[in-house]
Amino acid sequence: MGEFKPVIVGFLCRWCASAAADLAGTSRLQYPATIRPIRVNCSSMVDPAYILRALLEGADGVLVGACHPGDCHYVDGNLKERRRIAVIKNTLGKLGLQPERVRFEYISTSEGLKFAKVAEEFTRQIRKLGPNPLRGGFDD
Amino acid sequence: MGYGVFICHCGQNIAGTIDIEKLVRKVSGIRGVTHVEDYIFMCSDPGQERIKKAIKEKNLEGIVVAACSPSLHEETFRKAAESVGLNPYLVEIANIREWSAWPHQAEPEEATMKAFKIIESTVEKLNGDKPLEPLRLEVVRRVMVIGGGIAGIQAALDVAEAGIEVILVERSPSIGGRMAQLSETFPTLDCPQCILTPKMTSVAHHPLVKLLAYSEVEEVSGSAGNFKVKVRRKPTYVDWNKCVGCGLCMEACPVELPSEFEMGLAHRKAIYIQFPQAVPNKAVIDSENCIRMKYGRGCGLCAQKCPANAITFEDNGKAEEYDVGAIIVATGLEVMDKANFAEYGAGELKDVLTGLEFERMLAPSGPTGGKVVRPSDGRVPKEVVFIQCVGSRDPENWNPYCSKICCMYTAKQALLYKHAVPGGQAYIFYIDIRADGKGYEEFIHRAMAEEGVIYLRGRVGRVYQEGDKLRVEGVDTISGLKIVIDADMVVLATAAVPSSGVEELAKKLRIQLGEGGWLKEAHLKLRPLETLTSGVFIAGAAQYPKDITDTVSQASGAAAKAVAFLSKGYVVREPLIAVVNEDICSGCGNCEEACSYQAIKVVDGKANVDESLCEGCGSCTAACPSGAVQLKNYDKRQIIKMVESIVG
Repeated sequence: MGEFKPVIVGFLCRWCASAAADLAGTSRLQYPATIRPIRVNCSSMVDPAYILRALLEGADGVLVGACHPGDCHYVDGNLKERRRIAVIKNTLGKLGLQPERVRFEYISTSEGLKFAKVAEEFTRQIRKLGPNPLRGGFDD
Repeated sequence: MGYGVFICHCGQNIAGTIDIEKLVRKVSGIRGVTHVEDYIFMCSDPGQERIKKAIKEKNLEGIVVAACSPSLHEETFRKAAESVGLNPYLVEIANIREWSAWPHQAEPEEATMKAFKIIESTVEKLNGDKPLEPLRLEVVRRVMVIGGGIAGIQAALDVAEAGIEVILVERSPSIGGRMAQLSETFPTLDCPQCILTPKMTSVAHHPLVKLLAYSEVEEVSGSAGNFKVKVRRKPTYVDWNKCVGCGLCMEACPVELPSEFEMGLAHRKAIYIQFPQAVPNKAVIDSENCIRMKYGRGCGLCAQKCPANAITFEDNGKAEEYDVGAIIVATGLEVMDKANFAEYGAGELKDVLTGLEFERMLAPSGPTGGKVVRPSDGRVPKEVVFIQCVGSRDPENWNPYCSKICCMYTAKQALLYKHAVPGGQAYIFYIDIRADGKGYEEFIHRAMAEEGVIYLRGRVGRVYQEGDKLRVEGVDTISGLKIVIDADMVVLATAAVPSSGVEELAKKLRIQLGEGGWLKEAHLKLRPLETLTSGVFIAGAAQYPKDITDTVSQASGAAAKAVAFLSKGYVVREPLIAVVNEDICSGCGNCEEACSYQAIKVVDGKANVDESLCEGCGSCTAACPSGAVQLKNYDKRQIIKMVESIVG
């Protein structure tokens, strides 16, 4: 077996976390190429189904990047999503998946450095957890 | 037929890390992709020509441009596609520069793989995209200006002069703002009453301006072009239709309170007109301190004296709703309280004043009639020390920023003091002198050379009472000497800070505050008059401390922006909003609860989207248990497909 290369799906709000990822790139901050980003309009459109699907498909982690409280472009979408994430994590535990595989972060437009740090830290955490047990799919 | 993918090298920015040849090979294998092309600069004219040519020749149904962030060139490529007849909403950007080439320079193989995954999932999104038309919404040709200082007054006048109605909202009983409190203005030494009062009158009497004094914005809904603003008219307890502003009520009132306008240096009554030149010149009752209002009976001396029978003691407050197309925020600044500064007496030393208090003392209409006297004993101060940067440029303790106006107004105050007290001595402690306006440097020079104001470069460590003097201990960093001055009065240029309440107002308007609580502009250099919320503009010192010259320029700029915004008569909005499939909607109402804009409502058992209100956040889609609500071109199947391909 080769080295474990985690796959992390990153749902990034276009108003903050996605722009922070842009800034991290523009600033040439280096972080592991583990996060595979999907830009969304608001973190609050991230249906729990997307997170579950990512895990069922074998993703080793899921990151949801939202605006800081009070800064949401859509009033309070970030807070709605935070509540959903809390529920999802709880459910994951009951399904036998580590809730630590899902991470919710507030990352503002100007926090390119935070984005890079989160990517690095989360990757380290996922490496510690090891590959998603569902990787490779279910055997029939 | 099929989709085209255009991979940009961005010179070496992308191609320096990502293996373009390998990427082209892999992308060619994606289902549905019939055309793949790479080029050194896709955004250049020849690059765009290649895209157009391919769309036409290959009859492409949609394209993905794998290049830089969509915030840079999404519009460029959409326009290029549109020019050859491809719907712009069938153009997607795969950001492989900021998201892959740049942050993974040391891992070219991984970066190439990640770029491929980004492109693959973007093709999946494109697969579900539908051609859309932008929404055109009519605008309300009316502007609300919040704040009635010089910024708000100027903005309101300019908008009204362009023939557009203005609602001017001011929370105090009178407009005029900070400028009305000033003695004279630098560098011309104009008296603000002479230059401001005519503007106050013009704006109040302009046929297209509706002035709502003593009122506050309570609630804002809707969006650019169609805002609904609820304004609370605070109770005055005086019938303003009858009040003629004669002031007899104030003479009769027995209750004395510190006057806000006079910065506490004089009294006002419980019924008061804010200042003699107030516009509107009407009285209000301070209900918390009025005897009659507090106890419900007794006193009433003011009503007995009022020749117009205007004083009713009745709560005449009310809420009013206004439809406006654009909003200009001009809420201005205030200065830090001297009580914050323990080293300068924490507000306990009577003869230590803030710049704004001293300003009132210098004003001919002020509490001392323009005479400079010590609040403690009424004596004329022979030596006055001015201290600049109190709370500014002090990142360890207070604000890191420069308050910008203090160097100039301190020089002006020192000069006016020298005029008021011949033979008096003024000292100014400063860090740097910032005099970067027209005629400013000359003005500072005049204060130094002609008026004999002594400038000392350094900070003051401590001010304390020593007999009937204030001992000022500082350092002159140029000579390196410790300086001790026994002064009669000390004036602190305390830092400018945003007006109180601006935080709540910003929340209501859904605009952002930046460092220090100043309103955040859309772009500091290129869009300083706009906020990130379309249709909301900024004027004056609410954005950052400004002198009158800059404030007036910016107010005119914001007015021009607002007028231009409304002049087309409509706003174009992205059509990427929610849509309901009524066949499967069960009318559960989860979406209604999830929406922060009241844009989706269950009507007759089915969810219904108000297109003018929906902002397209997609919160309702995640709340919908049946998938009946979808975001256009971001529907659930699309995202699930994106997830599958990006993981796989």
